[in-house]
Amino acid sequence: MTTKIVIGLDGTPSGERAIAFAKDLAERIGTCELLVAYVIEWSPFTFQTPEENAQRHKRREEEIELATTRVITPAVDALGAAGFTARGIVRHGDVAETLNKITVENGASQIVVGRASADGIKKRLFGSSTQYLVMHADVPVTVVN
Amino acid sequence: MNFINKIGVLLAMIFTASAAAAQDAPGLDERINQAFADFTGPFVSFIFAPFPGTGFPWIVGWLVIAATVFTLYFAFVQLRFFSHAISLVKGDYSDPNDAGEVSHFQALATALSGTVGLGNIAGVAVAVGIGGPGATFWMIVAGLLGMASKFTECTLGVKYRNEYEDGTVSGGPMYYMSKGFNELGLPGGKILAVLFSIFCILGALGGGNMFQANQAHAQIAGITGDYPGWITGLVFAGIVFAVIVGGLKSIARVTEKVVPFMGVMYVLAALVIIIIHADQIGWAFGQIFAGAFTGLGVAGGMVGALIQGFRRAAFSNEAGVGSAAIAHSAVRTKEPITEGFVSLLEPFIDTVVICTMTALVIIITQQLIIDPETGKYMLNEAGTAIATVDGNSGVSLTSAAFASAFSWFPYVLAIAVVLFAFSTMISWSYYGLKAWTYLFGEGQTTELVFKVIFCVFVVIGAAANLGPVIDFSDAAIFAMAVVNVFALYFLMKVVRQELASYAERLKSGEIRKFGH
Repeated sequence: MTTKIVIGLDGTPSGERAIAFAKDLAERIGTCELLVAYVIEWSPFTFQTPEENAQRHKRREEEIELATTRVITPAVDALGAAGFTARGIVRHGDVAETLNKITVENGASQIVVGRASADGIKKRLFGSSTQYLVMHADVPVTVVN
Repeated sequence: MNFINKIGVLLAMIFTASAAAAQDAPGLDERINQAFADFTGPFVSFIFAPFPGTGFPWIVGWLVIAATVFTLYFAFVQLRFFSHAISLVKGDYSDPNDAGEVSHFQALATALSGTVGLGNIAGVAVAVGIGGPGATFWMIVAGLLGMASKFTECTLGVKYRNEYEDGTVSGGPMYYMSKGFNELGLPGGKILAVLFSIFCILGALGGGNMFQANQAHAQIAGITGDYPGWITGLVFAGIVFAVIVGGLKSIARVTEKVVPFMGVMYVLAALVIIIIHADQIGWAFGQIFAGAFTGLGVAGGMVGALIQGFRRAAFSNEAGVGSAAIAHSAVRTKEPITEGFVSLLEPFIDTVVICTMTALVIIITQQLIIDPETGKYMLNEAGTAIATVDGNSGVSLTSAAFASAFSWFPYVLAIAVVLFAFSTMISWSYYGLKAWTYLFGEGQTTELVFKVIFCVFVVIGAAANLGPVIDFSDAAIFAMAVVNVFALYFLMKVVRQELASYAERLKSGEIRKFGH
């Protein structure tokens, strides 16, 4: 049976370190599929203007497109070129909850994330997401420094 | 950006000119007012005309009758699907694959920020001040019935919206009028849509803009002392301009976050006051029920209480007006009727919860003076309203009621009124824009023209005392209801089919909760 590992990326250099660690793991395991995931922080319980609502579908498509072309596709291509089996996933939602959901849905056995290195609010957001993930995930989580 | 800058400069010039005209030449201002009043007077009189021999405006009757018809036609949908509506808002039935799209909660919150405002604070005080505590009972009845009107219009709003190739959506009564009538083979849909759009633009510029700017200025001036209205107008117009033309979403986001917070704080403060006076809750409800059927001495008796209650509920929750159908149509759902269910929570929150809170606080803090001998309410000298402590009415009555428990509350209330006014303006700028683009086509230049006009009207609204214009604007909002409800009677069978199909699939388990 193929072992699956979810790699959570956030578009920062820490993601590279997470990928490097996951590659190392995959080589040791042997038959392994890497699921490269990017979660766009989103909540259904925020407040928006009518105009934002009207354009939301368009924005969502743009956000997915951006995450796919900037972060996920390059990572998946690089992994493929290095001889790994890899697949990309882009979702909206709460970062920790969604990463865990992706893991459960795909029957993956562990999650690898980088410790966020972004500045300011982003750092706090992703930092707290990482903590939440570590505490609530259904599978082991590795946080790469 | 250059283009935007130029428009900005042009706008500033128009603002200064119009503000100067409003300030320096009161004679001209008065003449404009008079000419406008003469021109629009018949229309205003017609919309607010009472039924012969009563003081009951027919337009309020029109809305209440419609709400009753929809309530019966959909067999009390507001009761049967109330808990289902809450499940939908919680996201229990949302497809996880739609994450990132507009949720039911977001559509409801956006629509609510357009309706929760002065109606809940000042309108209720007027209703209770004139109609007595009994007006509260009728307000609640009107709110409960109005839920069915919202359900009908918002279901249709989503069903017949336009979805464009670039992924944006446009919806509202003008779309269900033209597309819905066409689908049913009925003539005149396009004419109704055009009429509705015209009234919607006028309502957006008036009740959704000038009235708000005017009241916001009154609140600020009440705290800081009197100063020219055009200053408030310019500041407001600048902010509105930055949001709707400059795309400065951050301001809108801050407002959209602060407004619900203010709403919750308002309700919590009201609850605290009610709890402090817990021993009088029974008495207050006694007054509400007794007043509803006897009037307890108010001008017009029971009918007076009923008129005030119905009228203020209709003014506050806009059920049947059609504005909510525009706001709700952006939601992402495969089932238009789900947004109908969600929208029926809107009059409930707006009228049944928030308006009732305001009324209870005014009654329970005993702002209304009772004759100790007869137990009935005493009228003021003019005999037009109930005598109040310090002679307050409108916003100041609500303010005084809250201040009796928290002396600092009037400041919070003033900030709340200003923020509510701003968020209502942002919402109505969008409703007006949708009507405008329906008439003149979608496109950046067309949209910019409307947005600039909208900003100019902010200054005019704050600067001058435009009684006739505001009367006309209110009349325009209710004229929207005349056209909208008329169309709803023809289209309600479409909603019934949707409802039957959905209820059956919900029962069979075809539609079920997603495991989150």
